[in-house]
Amino acid sequence: MTDDLAIDVSGLRKRYGDLWAVDGVDLQVSRGECFALLGPNGAGKTTTTEILEGYRRRDSGEVRVLGTDPAYANPLWKSRIGIVLQSDRDLGDLTVEESVRHFAGYYPQPRKPDEVIEWVGLAEKRSAKNATLSGGQRRRLDVALGIIGRPELLFLDEPTTGFDPEARRGFWDLIKALKAEGTTIMLTTHYLEEAEHLAERVAVISAGRVLACGDPDTLGGRQRGTARVSWLEAGEVRVVDTPHPTEVVLEASARLGGDVPELSVTRPTLEQVYLQLVGPEAAE
Amino acid sequence: MSATQRTPLAPPGTWALGMRRVSIELKQFFRDRQSAVFNFLLPVLLLVIFGSVFGSQSLGARSDITFAQYFVAGMIASGIVYTSFQNLAISIPLEREDGTLKRLQGTPMPKLAYFVGKVGLVFVAYVAQVTLLMLVGRLFYGLHLPDTAAQWFTFAWVSVLGLVCCTLLGIAFSAVPREGKGASAIVSPVVLVLQFTSGVFFVFSQLPHWMQVFASLFPLKWLTQAMRSVFLPDSAQALEVAGTWELGRCALVLGAWCVAGLVLAVVFFRWTRRGEA
Repeated sequence: MTDDLAIDVSGLRKRYGDLWAVDGVDLQVSRGECFALLGPNGAGKTTTTEILEGYRRRDSGEVRVLGTDPAYANPLWKSRIGIVLQSDRDLGDLTVEESVRHFAGYYPQPRKPDEVIEWVGLAEKRSAKNATLSGGQRRRLDVALGIIGRPELLFLDEPTTGFDPEARRGFWDLIKALKAEGTTIMLTTHYLEEAEHLAERVAVISAGRVLACGDPDTLGGRQRGTARVSWLEAGEVRVVDTPHPTEVVLEASARLGGDVPELSVTRPTLEQVYLQLVGPEAAE
Repeated sequence: MSATQRTPLAPPGTWALGMRRVSIELKQFFRDRQSAVFNFLLPVLLLVIFGSVFGSQSLGARSDITFAQYFVAGMIASGIVYTSFQNLAISIPLEREDGTLKRLQGTPMPKLAYFVGKVGLVFVAYVAQVTLLMLVGRLFYGLHLPDTAAQWFTFAWVSVLGLVCCTLLGIAFSAVPREGKGASAIVSPVVLVLQFTSGVFFVFSQLPHWMQVFASLFPLKWLTQAMRSVFLPDSAQALEVAGTWELGRCALVLGAWCVAGLVLAVVFFRWTRRGEA
């Protein structure tokens, strides 16, 4: 429960009927960190996030978000967090500018509405009715409403679903700028590339449990596990999966008298590690 | 300064945010074609249609009172139900479904501010609507505007009591529709049945006895009766079942429904969709 933790969760459990949707989750997120929650649909990501946001009650476990139990959230606490939910269709009859200005009024120290509209790339759409926005533009409005209050901690639930690659890059730049300001970010995503690009740490969650948690570069022993070495020898491609790639390369080099043609050594991608962890059927 | 190091300031209070809610609610109410037509313009349209068809017919033995005059009083009473009960019982389920309520819950807005916004919306919409009804009634259908302070006073307290009562009942009833889309199909028939049995479309004293008893259980019958006391001459009391306006009983029934509405609203109002908690 130290003050440098934005999120501190231990033994979190939540049951729906006979099913434990969250079954003993532990998470620690430091202030200023970008943390990603990965997992297949139905893994318990949204339930976990919504307990942290104060939307859902838990059955057991300890939860502190910015030092407060979200089950007893008050307006002051809510003014310090920002929430970007999945797939909202509200506010359709208002314009982008009206919406952002209106929600700015809820917070004690909001960002400037014009700057936020600019920042999320909706400057040209500021006078458009929200109902006329495309899917990606609508997500950017949701992000604008999530950050307008200058949150210390921002929850992003599948923020870039439906974005084209360029919009996704633009969104990532926005998240990095927020991080540079010191905003803690709790990201839920099923784009592994996104987690790898943005998050300092990721947790893989499946069937309500955390299967692995750590730096995306070393998750699941990614840097220590099996590497794939391939090269050209005697006119054919040779491929070896080995926990000791250096030895394989040295042996090949000795055999071939120095230069190893078309040599490559690759580590498993985050996706491969992820698929190993959750199992291919769970990952759709 | 980094976002993590600032001292948190208290967010704006309930009243300030309630006023912001009123303004945003009004914008959304009048821009949404469905709510603008069905909750706001419908009584005016009905007045024009009924007034044109039956307007000049006199009421039974009373040759000095036309059906149009009787009908305007009923439409003004209906306006209370449209702008408060029907409006909220349909729009809140939609807001629950489209994410409005969830988004608000995630902001520092005190929950009471949401209801302040709804009450403000209801009052402003009603005042605008009743002004329009009185204007149309006065210009085209021989409506006599109240000419004593006592009648205006009655008009004011009946309006306020009716709006409070029907707003609370609308908030409570918003828990009934399972889906936002189906809400109007559940709420509109309730309003229609009450209108047919409460002396809006037909003269109340000419309805079957059982229907009169049924309608007397609900607020609309008492609202129409009290509005007739404001807009019809005193001699028209002879057309009432009791032979008088029964204003004391009107106040009593509406007051009782206010208490019931408050209890029902507190018990049944839901911020979340079913299965989310």
